[in-house]
Amino acid sequence: MSNYVYRMFGSSPVRPLQEHMGKVYLCAVELVNFFEAVIEQDQARIKAAQEAVVGLEHEADRLKKSLRLSLPKGMFLPVSRRDLLDMLTMQDNIANKSKDIAGLMLGRQMVLPESMAPLFLTYVKRSVDAIAQADTAINELDELVETGFRGKEVVVVEKMIKTLNQIEGDTDEIQIQIRAELFKLEKEMPPVDVMFIYRIIEWVGELADLAQRVGSRLQLMLAK
Amino acid sequence: MEYAYTFIVLACIFGFFMAWGIGANDVANAMGTSVGSGAVTIKHAIIIAAIFEFSGALLAGGEVTQTIRKGMIDTSSLAGTPELLVFGMLAALLAAAVWLLIASYYGWPVSTTHSIVGAIVGFAAVGIGMEAVKWGKVGTIAMSWVISPVTAGAIAYVLFMSVQKLIIDTTDPFRNAKRYVPYYIFLVGFIITLVTMFKGLKHVGLEVSTFQSYLIAVLVGLGIAGVSKVFINRIKHEPSEDKDFHYTNVEKVFAVLMIVTACAMAFAHGSNDVANAVGPIAAVVGIVESGGAIAAKSALPIWILFLGGIGIVIGLVTYGQRVIATIGSNITELTPSRGFAATLAAATTVVVASGTGMPISTTHTLVGGVLGVGLARGIGALNMRIIRTIFMSWVITLPAGAFLAIVFFYIMKGIFT
Repeated sequence: MSNYVYRMFGSSPVRPLQEHMGKVYLCAVELVNFFEAVIEQDQARIKAAQEAVVGLEHEADRLKKSLRLSLPKGMFLPVSRRDLLDMLTMQDNIANKSKDIAGLMLGRQMVLPESMAPLFLTYVKRSVDAIAQADTAINELDELVETGFRGKEVVVVEKMIKTLNQIEGDTDEIQIQIRAELFKLEKEMPPVDVMFIYRIIEWVGELADLAQRVGSRLQLMLAK
Repeated sequence: MEYAYTFIVLACIFGFFMAWGIGANDVANAMGTSVGSGAVTIKHAIIIAAIFEFSGALLAGGEVTQTIRKGMIDTSSLAGTPELLVFGMLAALLAAAVWLLIASYYGWPVSTTHSIVGAIVGFAAVGIGMEAVKWGKVGTIAMSWVISPVTAGAIAYVLFMSVQKLIIDTTDPFRNAKRYVPYYIFLVGFIITLVTMFKGLKHVGLEVSTFQSYLIAVLVGLGIAGVSKVFINRIKHEPSEDKDFHYTNVEKVFAVLMIVTACAMAFAHGSNDVANAVGPIAAVVGIVESGGAIAAKSALPIWILFLGGIGIVIGLVTYGQRVIATIGSNITELTPSRGFAATLAAATTVVVASGTGMPISTTHTLVGGVLGVGLARGIGALNMRIIRTIFMSWVITLPAGAFLAIVFFYIMKGIFT
């Protein structure tokens, strides 16, 4: 005999979503480690860091799949199911992008010009800051459910999203500086290498963009 | 009347079995949340449920029992053949009990109330004649099955919104919880007592005036709130526990409220559902004792309510424990602040229904309450397929109860005449 009042309670997707974001954040943090290794040209560390990124990306993938399966259509959620699944996809894209960056740099044995190394590291770190901020905001989701998406908790989260947008703005500025720096150096470098460094610059910027989009989705959830 | 003694014994056995089933199955509805949130242990939950189910049955179960007993059938055409009513009521009891057994075995969500009402209407319409059923009254009862979950949902929504406004969405939720929770507890005690005083106590032989009712309800409310305040004041704020989830301490205050609400729910359940088991017994006993005459205005013997109450308690002690244990562990999504809103809404609706003699489904009402909180965006995930299952249980239970009752009715008629 089972009691059907309690069969009404599905497992809340909030905690799994937060766990997924936590993994994604760890994956991005590993990317900082990877760039440090690239700058130092420590081959063993480069390899290890790349493997760590890939491993964390896989774990995030696994969490993503199990969460998707636990959200059948008949579920009544405090937020729209669509927003939730979109949010999950965006979070997952961050991990994917991190994996792509590490994979490409390892595969082409890329070396960053020494003169732009410190700025590059700042750039990567700032992008990861955006991801950290998105993680912090996602961590408020359970509190939002507790307050029924109303009141002071909403103000708290909105403030976090604002900070996230500012961080993303910072990365845009650093990106402009870094491109200018590379532009000065590009004539003395092999053109193909230059092209790929431009691509990495772009992708690191996309990390921050994706983090910002996670924040925007959260804002949409608050609005409903 | 021939076989008079046999009829009474049979009625008592069937009714007792039914009461046992009600206690075993539904006790989790009242106590599951409290156990799940860790507010009480299973053992304490069983003791609390036993006390309140029993007092609910005894103190406030009279009105609904009268409805089941004689509210739905027009007995005027039965003056010459009272034994038909006895067969019918026995058949109805047996039909409802058998149907519940089948449904429980397969895990279908059926309501005891729907089974017994379906069974009584079934045997009356077929065994006696369509005109024997008071269709107006039956229609009202069917309406109340729709209205009660909706009402509970609305109350739960408002309650939960008020909790958010007053406590959760404030700068110091813990302090506000300590401050406002006693008022909610007062509300629980006041409403339950008032409805009971107004409607229930006539059967116990207690006559009180309106003013006295209000006075007693206020006193009971204050008393419960006062005792709870002592417990609430003992709860200390532990900042370390709020690290991961900021509302852990606040929920601890709500746990006290949850326990009081669970008592109210057990009381409400006893008051409404005991009738499903003892209404037919009362009908049989009434006819047999008056020597075959179908008395239109006979009082309800208190020992019958007592029997039903005992049956429910034995059911929850022998089997309810297992049901609670399986449930308590997997409802982490239902925190005390939500559980209280849903349960109090259901308890209030059910007690009012009991007062007006409406046999409703306590479980469906509770489902309505839970949905109310869900609509206020308060619950992580609700499985809406349950709503469909409930609707199906309606469509199936009424005819199934009726069909079984008709079969048993003719079997009894064949055996005893």
